[in-house]
Amino acid sequence: MRKEKTTTIYLGPQHPGITGNMMVKLEIQGDTIMHAETHIGYLHRGFEKLMERRNWLQSFTIVCRICVPEPDPNEENYARGVEEIEGREVPEKARWIRMLVLELSRIQAYLLWYGGQSGSAGLYTIGQWSVGDRNYVLDLLEDLTGGRVYHMYIWPGGVRRDLPKGFRKKVAKVMNYLEKRLDDYDRVMFDNAIFQKRTQGIGYIPPEKAIEWGVVGPPLRATGIKSDVRIDDPYEFYDQVEFEVPDMYKTSDVWARALVRRFEIRQSINIIRQILDKMPENGPVWNKIPNPHKWRIPRGEAYVKTESARGEFGYYVVSDGTEFPRRIHVRGPAYVHGITLLEKILVGQNIADVSVIMNSLGTCPPEMER
Amino acid sequence: MSLFNIKGIVNPLTGLSQLSRKPHTLEFPQIDVPASARYRGVHYNDLEYCIGCGNCAEICMNKAIDMIKIEGIEPKKGDSGLRPRIDNGRCCWCGLCVDVCPTGSLSLTKDYIFVSDNPNDFLWTPGLSNPDGKDKRSWVSNDLKLSINSYERVPMPLLDPKERVKSFAEVVLGYEEEEARKEAQRCLSCGLCTEACPEHMHIPEYINAIARGADDESLRIIYDNNPLPETCGKVCTRRCEEICALAKRGEPVAIRWLKRYATERAINADMIKEIVNPPIAPKNNKKVAVIGAGPAGLTVAYYLVLRGFDVEVFERNSKSGGMTMYGIPKYRLPIDSLDKQVQYMETVGVKFHFKTEIGKDVKFEELYENFDAVFVGVGLQNAWKLGIEGEELKGVWGAIHFLRLINEGERIDVGERVIVVGGGNTAIDAARVSRRLGAQVIMLYRRRKQDMPADWEEIEDAEAEGVQILTQGLPLKVIGDEQGKVKALRYIKTKMVPDPKGGRPKPVPIEGSQEDIQCSTVIAAIGQDADYSLFPEQYRKNIEFNRGRIVVNEWGQTADPKIFAGGDAVNRVADAISAIADGYKAVKGIVKYLLGEEALKNK
Repeated sequence: MRKEKTTTIYLGPQHPGITGNMMVKLEIQGDTIMHAETHIGYLHRGFEKLMERRNWLQSFTIVCRICVPEPDPNEENYARGVEEIEGREVPEKARWIRMLVLELSRIQAYLLWYGGQSGSAGLYTIGQWSVGDRNYVLDLLEDLTGGRVYHMYIWPGGVRRDLPKGFRKKVAKVMNYLEKRLDDYDRVMFDNAIFQKRTQGIGYIPPEKAIEWGVVGPPLRATGIKSDVRIDDPYEFYDQVEFEVPDMYKTSDVWARALVRRFEIRQSINIIRQILDKMPENGPVWNKIPNPHKWRIPRGEAYVKTESARGEFGYYVVSDGTEFPRRIHVRGPAYVHGITLLEKILVGQNIADVSVIMNSLGTCPPEMER
Repeated sequence: MSLFNIKGIVNPLTGLSQLSRKPHTLEFPQIDVPASARYRGVHYNDLEYCIGCGNCAEICMNKAIDMIKIEGIEPKKGDSGLRPRIDNGRCCWCGLCVDVCPTGSLSLTKDYIFVSDNPNDFLWTPGLSNPDGKDKRSWVSNDLKLSINSYERVPMPLLDPKERVKSFAEVVLGYEEEEARKEAQRCLSCGLCTEACPEHMHIPEYINAIARGADDESLRIIYDNNPLPETCGKVCTRRCEEICALAKRGEPVAIRWLKRYATERAINADMIKEIVNPPIAPKNNKKVAVIGAGPAGLTVAYYLVLRGFDVEVFERNSKSGGMTMYGIPKYRLPIDSLDKQVQYMETVGVKFHFKTEIGKDVKFEELYENFDAVFVGVGLQNAWKLGIEGEELKGVWGAIHFLRLINEGERIDVGERVIVVGGGNTAIDAARVSRRLGAQVIMLYRRRKQDMPADWEEIEDAEAEGVQILTQGLPLKVIGDEQGKVKALRYIKTKMVPDPKGGRPKPVPIEGSQEDIQCSTVIAAIGQDADYSLFPEQYRKNIEFNRGRIVVNEWGQTADPKIFAGGDAVNRVADAISAIADGYKAVKGIVKYLLGEEALKNK
């Protein structure tokens, strides 16, 4: 067989199909991708280094910027890392509020994903709906934290403010609305023959390779492997709420990943209802830290992880006993999904499916580069 | 998937039903969506309430805040006169500046829209640039529990009041290491206290050292400009704590107790020497005489010796310390503590002549001739009289005289009930001493309790020990019995009349409200006077006096260039730290006078 010539094209760094600023260098033959190479470096802001020159409290305002669509797992991880080294207790109510924020954050991240996933498959209607509905969740977060996107709310020792008046009712109302609304999405998106055709059998990850390749979160669960940090290594009060890990979708393609997320967004609504039931009415929400300029964290290190909407989000926090962090290493799911995994599974796919696959993996360049 | 996926074609069409739905965002005409109740928009600062401590600038991780001088706000005690200016181009609206603001003046508002093509327009002085922000405040720090600062002081362990009145044992027990570290950590290092301290001690620096666990370094910093830190650590009037940024909404940092902690680490004079180990300049063959070994005199002696001078201190009593030795009761300042500090001074080379009264044992002329400069720190020795009938009776004391005798170890029988007239620190001392002598004590003060010049903690302690405070009463007459001993005190009640000039309200007697209180002793603690008999006439006429105090220039120099003065005899404030500040001033003055201005630079 004659060796055919390949064409090299560059997808990104500015491209509507790319979820941020990164580039994929593709070698194609016809429509088929023969080789893919990811290039990052367009979004590096050096947060990890910045934190080495900020004290332990100042650093908490930086971490949320690491991931734009879903900042709260960063705050949670940072706070929990610092608390673990220092041995700081967190009041009970604060831990419930943290869970509430994390689940709200998961819902808004999934709503954004609805838009991205369907948009990349050519269904632009869903994006218009879901981003609008996401605003209702952002409104809740604004009421609670004072910020819509960067909340800067979960900090070492607890959370910054107590629930505002009437917040529980508001949350319950939005949850009821969303639950109904998700059925609309199902009819227009999941029942849609085009969406099914664009996603089924696309972006296959071999289940036997998934762990080896470092796949986490919805893509891993879509291979049929039961894995969720909230269950495997429960933090806050996740051991006191009931929910299950979806392992029934085993096809390991974009379609299965979409179904996992469809299942989990409903599950999050359910978890939030349980949180509202179980959260104590009163109680402190913050275990006060000492003067931040003189606050020294004892020498030590901690690795903490949180289940974000894209999978296991890890923080490695090291203190050398001074007022400043020695090292904070961020290990987000997109680092693996968006760089090495993407290169592997793009081979043999159609060029039109690159965006579909990137969205299904939860590729997030800001988090890859920190 | 088959071609006959009817559901897959029909179901998406149900989306068309959304056409009749009200849109989420599109509104015409456009409406403003109000921000939430705790939205973090642009800053607002209550300029009146702000004290310019600069904590907001310190915590800002983007360095978006500068402290700038703005028109119409002058620096004053407890206010740097600076106000934050925020670069909205760098701000990330995290709100840490609000949560760390000790006064609660800074807040974030619901405003978030501002458009300009000039980058400089984004530099805002909150409160000045947006005066309408007051009603839009949203992210505020009104819950002290959620403010980053700790407003509660680590409580100082005290001797039980019942135990206290039995002896002259020291009441304040002092911080343990753990407690001191915790308390030191509260300090925000804004430095407003440094300005308020008459001696401008390096307060944030030594507190930081304690917080870091560097107690020795802390002591070295303290000794940099205070040679009697342990005395100050126990009895300072602590103007610093009054203006502490945390005091606006909570308890000030226990600056005095932290100084006490640092100084108590060194248990004897040798240890102080070992830790402080100050560099001593080579001898410069200049001789300075210091009259009076009070705080002012000791300060002059210590720092001049370090600068290579030969210093001799002349003290008419048998111990040094001046008023801190003879005026302050031992339950506040134990004798060992003073001895330790004075011994340390001896080890660095200060020479003392005790029981040497100038004018009697040594002539002033001799000092004036034999020394290159003379520092006069004689203080105020004579108690003011009440100026009422019956003051010559047995059992009427001047507080200073009374305290002096007690401190010298004499036993005074005060009888069953003592009335102390006055409301200052000396009055409290006299009252608490009388309590320890077993008497029932009433303090009579002509104004209200909140007007009392005494330290609030002292007032609390006195009351805990059972001292009764009778306010708004003016003594009229001391009534004696046949043997010429005090039997009762007649006083008249007063009402407070506001001063039309805006000063303190004045106490005015209420006609016909006289009352007698039975008592065995009356102690007058209403002020003291100086005794200048040590100056022979030819020197006295060269020195300027003003209402009983010596007048000095900014170098502590009197009208006679060779004579320097300081302490209570000069300073109307009349406390230890002001005396030390005077002494330090005179040190510079003497160096300048004897060695020239150049010598001031090499410290």
